[in-house]
Amino acid sequence: MREPVISFQNVSKSYPLYGHIQGIKNFLFDVSRSLAAIKKERFEALRDISFEVYRGEKFGIIGRNGAGKSTTLGMIAGVLKPDRGNIIIRGRISPLLSLGAGFHPELTGRENVILNGVLMGLTRREIMQKMEEIVEFSELGEFIERPTRVYSSGMMARLGFSVIAHLDPEILLIDEVLGVGDIRFQQKCLNKMKSFQESDVTMVLVTHSVASVVNICSRAMWIENHVVKMIGDPIEVVEHYCEASNVPFNLNTVNKASL
Amino acid sequence: MNAGLSETSQGGERLGVSSRLATDVGKVKHFGNQRSLDNYKDLVIVLLQKELKVRYKNKLLGYLWSLANPLASALVFYIAFQVFLRVSEPNYALFLIAGLFPWQWLSNSVNSAPNLFVGSGSIIKKVNFPRNIVPLCAVLNHMIHFIITIPVILLFMVIYRQSPSLSWIYGFPILLTIQFVMAYGIALGLSSINLFFRDLERLTGVIMNFLFYFTPIIYDVDRFPERYRDLLIVINPATPLMYNWRKLILHGQLEPLYVLLSILYAILFFAIGFSIYKKLSCKFAELL
Ligand SMILES: Nc1ncnc2c1ncn2[C@@H]1O[C@H](COP(=O)(O)OP(=O)(O)OP(=O)(O)O)[C@@H](O)[C@H]1O
Ligand SMILES: [Mg+2]
Repeated sequence: MREPVISFQNVSKSYPLYGHIQGIKNFLFDVSRSLAAIKKERFEALRDISFEVYRGEKFGIIGRNGAGKSTTLGMIAGVLKPDRGNIIIRGRISPLLSLGAGFHPELTGRENVILNGVLMGLTRREIMQKMEEIVEFSELGEFIERPTRVYSSGMMARLGFSVIAHLDPEILLIDEVLGVGDIRFQQKCLNKMKSFQESDVTMVLVTHSVASVVNICSRAMWIENHVVKMIGDPIEVVEHYCEASNVPFNLNTVNKASL
Repeated sequence: MNAGLSETSQGGERLGVSSRLATDVGKVKHFGNQRSLDNYKDLVIVLLQKELKVRYKNKLLGYLWSLANPLASALVFYIAFQVFLRVSEPNYALFLIAGLFPWQWLSNSVNSAPNLFVGSGSIIKKVNFPRNIVPLCAVLNHMIHFIITIPVILLFMVIYRQSPSLSWIYGFPILLTIQFVMAYGIALGLSSINLFFRDLERLTGVIMNFLFYFTPIIYDVDRFPERYRDLLIVINPATPLMYNWRKLILHGQLEPLYVLLSILYAILFFAIGFSIYKKLSCKFAELL
């Protein structure tokens, strides 16, 4: 069998509910109670999940709001640490592409490309070699020289996708952002991702779009109630997911050319 | 559960030794993501540029701003103490500047520290990079601003007919290093803690203000009452350092005992700050 590039074994993740600590003042006034609360009040977002993603796979993750999909991606990206279990990652990971992408609002689009590149481990020279390609793909025109705080959410997604698709990462992580791009850009993304299909790039795609899963993914995982409900063929998984959500699903109506 | 774990033996031998322990804490292994030295260097450069850009937008204006603040406070103290109170310190304007400029670097670093990680939230949540580079670049940025104000100190020395000493060649690097390590340690600790207690900024503001007047910056150490002088110098981490800065700038000398004392304080702050950071850093993304 091919080598797994992402491997989760019995991984659990819970979030502390720090809501009760308003600040250092309150904490100092009530140290013992605050400490007890930190230990006790935790919210379990993922319980004992295990899965593997192999090199070159396009792996889709679906599930309801709050199921723990973004949490899973965060752990793959290495920004969140699991409470229990083992995670093994092999390969260079792209910055997590999600809404409110990892851009600094005061820097221009171009400067943010460099920032993202060095953060993911490239040198400035390597990034500059790719710069024109990225700028061209994003089709942002003169906005590439403006600070990203003036970008629309679609423009952010354009820049974000252009960056991660061109800085040749080995593992791409995408958390449902492509839906905010216009149809033309979605088409472009789809083509780009199709071109990855034959390559060695591994992709993990979190999405609420049935079409994305069917068109792009080679395998899919359905997370329900903080545990893995199903892993397997994307069409099968989507069928069961739709059934459980009381949404009619018909493979023939899924547009083969959309995200 | 145990079966799942034994399969991970390729991940490391340690897992096999105590599989029960391994289930109690999350383990993450990441291969093929080593950063090159070139990347570290570029990371620092890019973050430094970002810092400068975000703070000032424009390089020349940024330079003027970093001068305006300490010069304005020097002017205020000059008017209050020399003109109104008529203190007898010779060359009081130069005396003030030799204390206020280095202090500005320390206090700016400490005061801006609480918001560092909060301000970089958008990238911390998306990419796994060594987060301690964020405070590193912030403190470096303040240090660079101090260094580029040195010509102004020289200008005042010319006005007061004094000349820089050769001992600056070794004195400046020594004090710069000590203060850098100290400020970096404090910034690491404060920026990490502030993710848990978001009101830390007010507290540091109060403490730094308090510290300012208890450190011989606008007055000389011998204004401390004779009986408590040694105590006041030793218990205030900023005093030995600020004392030496002025002594170096005005007289071209360092007080070895105080150098030693400030090195100890710098190491202490760095050790505390770094261990706080180490302990909390894995929780950053979920708090932002
Ligand atoms: N930083 C956090 N602190 C506390 N709880 C959190 C945090 N992030 C997520 N959660 C909780 O963990 C659960 C899983 O969140 P997650 O973001 O992974 O959901 P999701 O599957 O991505 O949902 P969506 O489809 O809406 O994006 C949610 O109930 C959420 O409230
Ligand atoms: Mg999500």
